[in-house]
Amino acid sequence: MDKPTQPVADVVGVSKRFGATLALDDVQLAVAPGEVHALVGRNGAGKSTLVTILTGLAAPDSGTVHFGGAPAPPLGDRLAWRQVVACVYQKLTIIPGLSVAENLFLNRQAPAGKIIGWSALRRQARDLLDAWALDVDPRVPAGELNVEQRQLLEIARALSFGARFIILDEPTARLDAGGIARLFERIRALQNQGVTFLFISHHLQEIFELCQRVTVFRDARHIVTAPIDDISHTALVEAMTGEPVSEMSDPRPPRPDAASPVLEVNGLTAGEQCHDVSFEVGAGEIVGLAGAGASGKFAVADSIAGFVRPDDGTIRVDGRPLRPGSVPRALHAGVGVVPRDRHREGFVGGLSIAENTTMTVPHRLGRHGFASPRQRTALGRAAIRTLDIVPTRPEAAVADLSGGNQQKVVMARALADQPHVLVLMAPTLGVDVKSKQAVMDQAVVAARGGAGVLLVTDDLDDLRYCHRVLVMFRGEIVATMTGTWDDREVVAAMEGVDLSHD
Amino acid sequence: MTDTLTAAKKALGGAETGFSLRIAAARLRDVALIPPIIIILIIGAVVSPAFLTRNNLQDVLVSMSWVALLVLAEGIILLTGKMDLSLESTVGLAPGVAAWLTLPKGINHGAHLVPSAWAVPIALAVGVLVGVVNGVLVVWLGLNAFIVTLGMLITLRGLLTGISSGQTFFGMGKSMMYLGTANWLGIPAPIWVFVIAYAVAIFALRYLRAGRALYAVGGNAEAARAAGIRTDRMIFGALVLGSLLAALAGIMLSGHLASVASSQGNGAIFTVFAAAVIGGVSLNGGKGSVFGALTGVLLLFLVQNVLTFAGVSGEWFDFLDGAVILAVLVITRLLSGKATD
Repeated sequence: MDKPTQPVADVVGVSKRFGATLALDDVQLAVAPGEVHALVGRNGAGKSTLVTILTGLAAPDSGTVHFGGAPAPPLGDRLAWRQVVACVYQKLTIIPGLSVAENLFLNRQAPAGKIIGWSALRRQARDLLDAWALDVDPRVPAGELNVEQRQLLEIARALSFGARFIILDEPTARLDAGGIARLFERIRALQNQGVTFLFISHHLQEIFELCQRVTVFRDARHIVTAPIDDISHTALVEAMTGEPVSEMSDPRPPRPDAASPVLEVNGLTAGEQCHDVSFEVGAGEIVGLAGAGASGKFAVADSIAGFVRPDDGTIRVDGRPLRPGSVPRALHAGVGVVPRDRHREGFVGGLSIAENTTMTVPHRLGRHGFASPRQRTALGRAAIRTLDIVPTRPEAAVADLSGGNQQKVVMARALADQPHVLVLMAPTLGVDVKSKQAVMDQAVVAARGGAGVLLVTDDLDDLRYCHRVLVMFRGEIVATMTGTWDDREVVAAMEGVDLSHD
Repeated sequence: MTDTLTAAKKALGGAETGFSLRIAAARLRDVALIPPIIIILIIGAVVSPAFLTRNNLQDVLVSMSWVALLVLAEGIILLTGKMDLSLESTVGLAPGVAAWLTLPKGINHGAHLVPSAWAVPIALAVGVLVGVVNGVLVVWLGLNAFIVTLGMLITLRGLLTGISSGQTFFGMGKSMMYLGTANWLGIPAPIWVFVIAYAVAIFALRYLRAGRALYAVGGNAEAARAAGIRTDRMIFGALVLGSLLAALAGIMLSGHLASVASSQGNGAIFTVFAAAVIGGVSLNGGKGSVFGALTGVLLLFLVQNVLTFAGVSGEWFDFLDGAVILAVLVITRLLSGKATD
């Protein structure tokens, strides 16, 4: 801090490799004192790896990190790291049963070996919160705070260690509009008091509203750093997506002609996640439902799958209303689902491929509650053949499969009962290229067979399979793309930017 | 029903708005059993004039003293988010091993390997050893605490039955009898022991960093680690301390009964868990206080005592004990509006 012209954080030529993947490739980042610096990039661009290096949780393979001109502390010296930098993660690290004051001074409530003076501790907390004008009662159990107040608590804790450089990792993802506005107000006030921020967000609009400079990462590389006033929305989106890819062949099945809808969603509302969402999917049609993290696209998909019960709205499958909130009813109505988190909802790791692929179709294994092992193995074998699952043994435990093959098992489960409506949630997330192809090919086969496919994803490659793309932003459908579209338009709509304003 | 609930919540001070009220509500859980205890005392006084006498209350406190120590041990372990079922076996094994090693061969089926003065240190050492084994299995090997300590419960009970051939040890030396029989300032030593143990624990858990760290570890281990707390060491320490307290409880009980039965402590773990939970200690860790746990034991033993005075036969005690536990759980659930965890 003694040389204010030095960057608060200076990353030069940093590379980091995890196994076969290069997570950071010779990147640089210089954060100037007192600014709010945006770091953007699509999933896998290397933002989170940079955060782990900037907070001292991992060492770079090569390159240097300096804070205020001084080299970064040794990896093990947590206290030294805390005095230069702090990160407020999406997942908040508070202890719910303890008071705000105690959370602020956790494990340093009193000097080692001394008795804790509670009134002094509370006064200290009060002073700290007052000094930064943070409106949180130090006596309240931290578990009683809302997300917004917990973030303030974490910021205050970071400041109390002496750090004046704070990384905010998607802090707005779980806030509503009012909460975001108040958070920005606080950030600006702290900025005026000399605190520097690195702000990571998927919402470009927020970046234009709050930040002074922006750095774009793509595919583990640094693409550009520019003052926010010198870069247009379009240029930023282009930097994030790279060169527009339009030469690829069209993977879509023939568009069905004026087919009757197999899925009708009307006025769907689920809490604060989605509001009055309506759309149709025709037989043989593949419809993309795109949107960023908090857009509410998964809330819509979960409602159709029966995972959650929406507050309002109707869902019809094959023209018949689907009573919401029950997975068995959705299955019975002909909805096949690839859930969002395959490890939690997609498969049972300890069970075999055959058992997992036939889990949704007990009636195909035998009658009166009996399940024929032979029939199960046969169906498992069929699934393995169709989706090209490796290993090819139906009795192999799914937990031992690679991520791509696990996802194929989940896909096989979704297809097991020849669904009329196929809901695929981020079906290619964290999956290798070949498995991606296998999964998407089966979606096309299902569509050709007359199923309506709803592809819920923010992956632009997957969206190429769609006849139509609906883009959601903060719980509402804000754009519909048909025929051919520019990837940039989709990204811009997902980030809540209107390109026509440029 | 809803009306009664809202009224009850208001009475408790847990209004919907206002942070200070919410703070009060959080603290209130620690003393939630005080009103029921007062009610039981009043009922007891009405049922029998002998109930509210010094002699009777002293007897109640002495008979609950060893359970109270176990509840303290379990409460500390529960705070870290773990559990220890084997405490009830340690209560028997620790004095059992001490008796076996010190008693003469022959009628007392002892091994007579060391002089009887060693009995108390041996019993305490057995407690520490059991805690270390639990700690190694739970912390180092990362095994599930429930199943590890269940295995230990069975193993340790079996060990005691083995060394005692299923019989009862009698005729132990003076040192083993002392804690169970002594009077300090006119009050039986077991009462002193558990009251002092609770006082120390309440102080340490409130005013020492290590005590607060137990809450942090149980509340959110990740966050505790991030704050520089050695979570593994805290859990290990809690398990060892718990077993040590169980050994102490065993010495007190053996001294009081002047014997160690091979079944000493058998089945006590259910009462211990029940007392801790109705006293507000969370099975998920990080929540509750040992004072609350103490009120839990006190309530259970007072109810039993009053039932005795009311002429209820002993065969009904288990049923009524269970009913009291369930009733307290339901009432606190309704009053706090939150699920017990």
